[in-house]
Amino acid sequence: MIEDLVRMANQIGDFFGSEPSQEEATAGIAEHLKKFWTPSMREKLIEYAQRDGKGLSEPVRAALSRLLPPSAGS
Amino acid sequence: MWSKQHADLGTPSRGGECGGRSGRNGHGIDKSAREVTVLIDGKEVRVPEGTSVLRAAALAGVGVPKLCATDTLEPFGSCRLCLVEIEGKRGFPASCTTLVEAGMKVKTFSERLASLRRGVMELYISDHPLDCLTCPADGDCELQDMAGDVGLREVRYGYAGKNHLQAAKEVSNPYFTFDPAKCIVCSRCVRACDEIQGTFALTVEGRGFDSLIQPGPTKEFLSSECVSCGACVLACPTSALMEKAVIDLGLPSESTDTTCAYCGVGCSFHAETKGATVVRMTPNQESLSNHGHSCVKGRFAWSYATSRDRVTKPMLRKNIEEPWTEVSWQEAIQYVASEFLRIREKHGRYSIGAVSSSRCTNEEDYIVQKLVRAVFRNNNIDTCARVCHSPTGYGLKKAFGESAGTNPFDSVDQANLIFVVGANPTDGHPVFGSRMKQRLRAGAKLIVADPRRIDLVRNPHIQADLYLPLRPGTNVALLNALAHVILEEKLENREYVEARCDLSAYEKWRAFVLRPENSPEAMAPVTGVPAESIRAAARLYATTKPAAIYYGLGVTEHSQGSTAVMCLANLGMLTGNVGVEGAGVNPLRGQNNVQGSCDMGSFPHELTGYRHVSNETARRSFERAWGVEIDPEPGFRITNMLSAASIGEFKGLYMHGEDLVQSDPDASHVIEGLRNMELVVLHDIFLNESARYAHVFLPGCSFLEKDGTFTNAERRIQLVRQVMPPICGKQEWEVMQEIAQAMGYPMHYNHASEIMDEVARLTPTFHGVSFEKLARLGSIQWPCNENAPEGTLVLHQKEFVRGKGFFALTGYVATQERVSERFPLLLTTGRILFHYNVGTQTRRTANSTWSKEDLLEIHPSDAEERGIRDGDKTELRSRKGSALMHCVVTERVAPGTVYATFHFPENRTNVLTTENSDWATNCPEYKVTAVQVSRVFEPVRGEERENGKAAKRREIVPAAGE
Repeated sequence: MIEDLVRMANQIGDFFGSEPSQEEATAGIAEHLKKFWTPSMREKLIEYAQRDGKGLSEPVRAALSRLLPPSAGS
Repeated sequence: MWSKQHADLGTPSRGGECGGRSGRNGHGIDKSAREVTVLIDGKEVRVPEGTSVLRAAALAGVGVPKLCATDTLEPFGSCRLCLVEIEGKRGFPASCTTLVEAGMKVKTFSERLASLRRGVMELYISDHPLDCLTCPADGDCELQDMAGDVGLREVRYGYAGKNHLQAAKEVSNPYFTFDPAKCIVCSRCVRACDEIQGTFALTVEGRGFDSLIQPGPTKEFLSSECVSCGACVLACPTSALMEKAVIDLGLPSESTDTTCAYCGVGCSFHAETKGATVVRMTPNQESLSNHGHSCVKGRFAWSYATSRDRVTKPMLRKNIEEPWTEVSWQEAIQYVASEFLRIREKHGRYSIGAVSSSRCTNEEDYIVQKLVRAVFRNNNIDTCARVCHSPTGYGLKKAFGESAGTNPFDSVDQANLIFVVGANPTDGHPVFGSRMKQRLRAGAKLIVADPRRIDLVRNPHIQADLYLPLRPGTNVALLNALAHVILEEKLENREYVEARCDLSAYEKWRAFVLRPENSPEAMAPVTGVPAESIRAAARLYATTKPAAIYYGLGVTEHSQGSTAVMCLANLGMLTGNVGVEGAGVNPLRGQNNVQGSCDMGSFPHELTGYRHVSNETARRSFERAWGVEIDPEPGFRITNMLSAASIGEFKGLYMHGEDLVQSDPDASHVIEGLRNMELVVLHDIFLNESARYAHVFLPGCSFLEKDGTFTNAERRIQLVRQVMPPICGKQEWEVMQEIAQAMGYPMHYNHASEIMDEVARLTPTFHGVSFEKLARLGSIQWPCNENAPEGTLVLHQKEFVRGKGFFALTGYVATQERVSERFPLLLTTGRILFHYNVGTQTRRTANSTWSKEDLLEIHPSDAEERGIRDGDKTELRSRKGSALMHCVVTERVAPGTVYATFHFPENRTNVLTTENSDWATNCPEYKVTAVQVSRVFEPVRGEERENGKAAKRREIVPAAGE
């Protein structure tokens, strides 16, 4: 599953690659992950990024570090 | 023709009176047309200029006999029955071809007219069988009606002369027969095929007495260009063209209006029955979605509903390797409920979910997402819209603020330029395709962008002004290049952009598009389309007003699907073509209710009306109505569910009206996911490919057994009415309700209308919708609320739903799916007219007569390189798997591209497709797969014979005496 998540996240990063500034790219990626990914998917990827994050593109790493760990669902 | 359904006014409407809410034959209503007052037999009537005397008379309540005239077709003037006397005019003009003039005084009956009309009928009947009582049209025959009208009492010519009574019937088409003995050569069939369908398959061969309707040089309907749409059968006044079902069963006795369950056009039909047996489906002329036209599927291919393959009893098995056991409904529902509860208890709240269906009604889809949100207590609900138009949802929401097509179908009548991208309307949306062709024949310009030369590019009386054969996967490159030209050559609509769009986003996007890497010259090698063609297309699109974009899965089913949708939205805004009649960005939605399914909150991140689950106000209103807390975080999409299943985190799935194994890409990934689950519940009408991996099978209902609503591609909500009682004994939403109750949640609807009432209460865009209003108005295009009590035709007219239009940055990112030495060709997929998606329904009807297998289309140069000839069996191989298909060598596809359909599970097309998907929505990239094609060698019969002979030659017979 983690390969899928890395691939999908990088794809999202590629879309925001046309943004003129890094800030806008990072914000765009982070917002997309928040709006469309489940908390468990985000958690897994953040954990992976913190471990070694091999294969993750730079903008995606930046966006992940910006994402607060999601509040635990009941 | 079942003329009792609709009063035939003789000739088409020219204006807004009596059912004339749209133009005809590609001409919009002339809103400036003046009205003219005439006197018909002393009765005064006011009609738009350009109306025929015949129609004016009908509107005045005066009947004039007619045979070749009918109000769905342009007047022809051949039968000479509708003659009238007009004061001041010589002779006896045909009222169908005579137009009203101010102050005209018309007399429709006199002794002279009566004798002329009787004379006409005598000629017809002198060469017509007199077997009325045993004829299939007995009681429904316009020839009978006219003979009665004119008072025919004798035929002075007698019956001994030359005649056509022994003419042989033509029965090749599985759905209707042609009996030339009954034909009166009124040419309605030929005209219907020309004007309405636009296929031009029929003609009148020979002249005078020798005139004969022919479907082409083979003289046979089945092998001709006829697409079996049934327009000719509907138009035929006698039983010359007749449905085989009526010949077998007799005329229908009842009629119920309902909506077709095939494609996103959503044709309205009269389901004509005898008791609970459907005799035929005839298109509803009053409907604003199809205006009385149909295609072979909706019109004829509905017998799957009573197929022997229908499963009618619930079935259960603990293990998918075991055979199925039939059980009672109670046992099945108890098992499903207790299993979901057990799995949730053991594996957590997020380990269960559901997939709902874009083929099922709005009410059913609403209940499924309510089941997931209120009963399962998560947001793991997704719909098959995921795999087709989810990028439309994302892209149009982002750009305009609403996830829906902008204009109604009728709007095409006002378009002066039509840009078709990644869609094949004559195959995929045939009834709308015919509308589009009417407009194109009337003079609108056409640009087509598609890797395959679709039929629309060159059609009878139609030729695309520009055809852009781009390489699969390069849509965004092409669309950016088009925008680049428009900006570079200053063809944009500056006033529109400044007034209506977010200017800072626009400036950012403009700067980006104008970069040299987005120029046609830079993109030409990428797309395979010459720079001059890109420039010409851009100029044509920008300078012809209004211009409409129509797009389909060739845009969305890509790794840049959402990006491409936003490119189209950008082009529309750039040229001022959004919120305007005759223009717009129009997604050709695939399924009958894909729009509806999305409207009903079947996505894991949205509640009804496209409100994000994090939207506090929306969530609170549902929490109040449902009495539970709703998860504010998005849930799993289908592919995420399957991936999670593969690592043991997702264990229970309720699949409603969907076949993941055949429809979704990367079949082995799907199967792996399903195998890892502890509970797979399939709620469907047939055992489909996914059933192999299911533990519970709940029998469902076909659309003929349902009460509910579908929403078509125009946001048009239409009623689906029950024509026969559910064969399995329960409505699908009743089953879901019982599952909810068994899981401890109170759900007690008594009728589908109550479900829609709840949707209306909780969804601002649906506030004014109810079954009662739908029945009264015929259909409603949402938004329907206090601002628009009868619905909304065109979206974003005064301003965009989000306020200002948003220009998203749409950088081209090449797909990861690249050709290589191993897989040097690109496969793209599509559909044919006679089959629908994975063929579950159409393969079980006589539509299989036309097509029994998927075929691969390959360019001659690619075929030659591989020693492949037309008709050979080939193997397609991708990095995911392989499939076998017979092939067709054709120049429709460019070298390097191959094309296949996916209607037959035996051909396994989706075993080839990959895990690549749209970055924003995970819509699978069905349209780009790198493959290799090679010939499959099978021993030829001749070779086998030779092998046999060779063996015999080696035999040694002992000499005599040894």
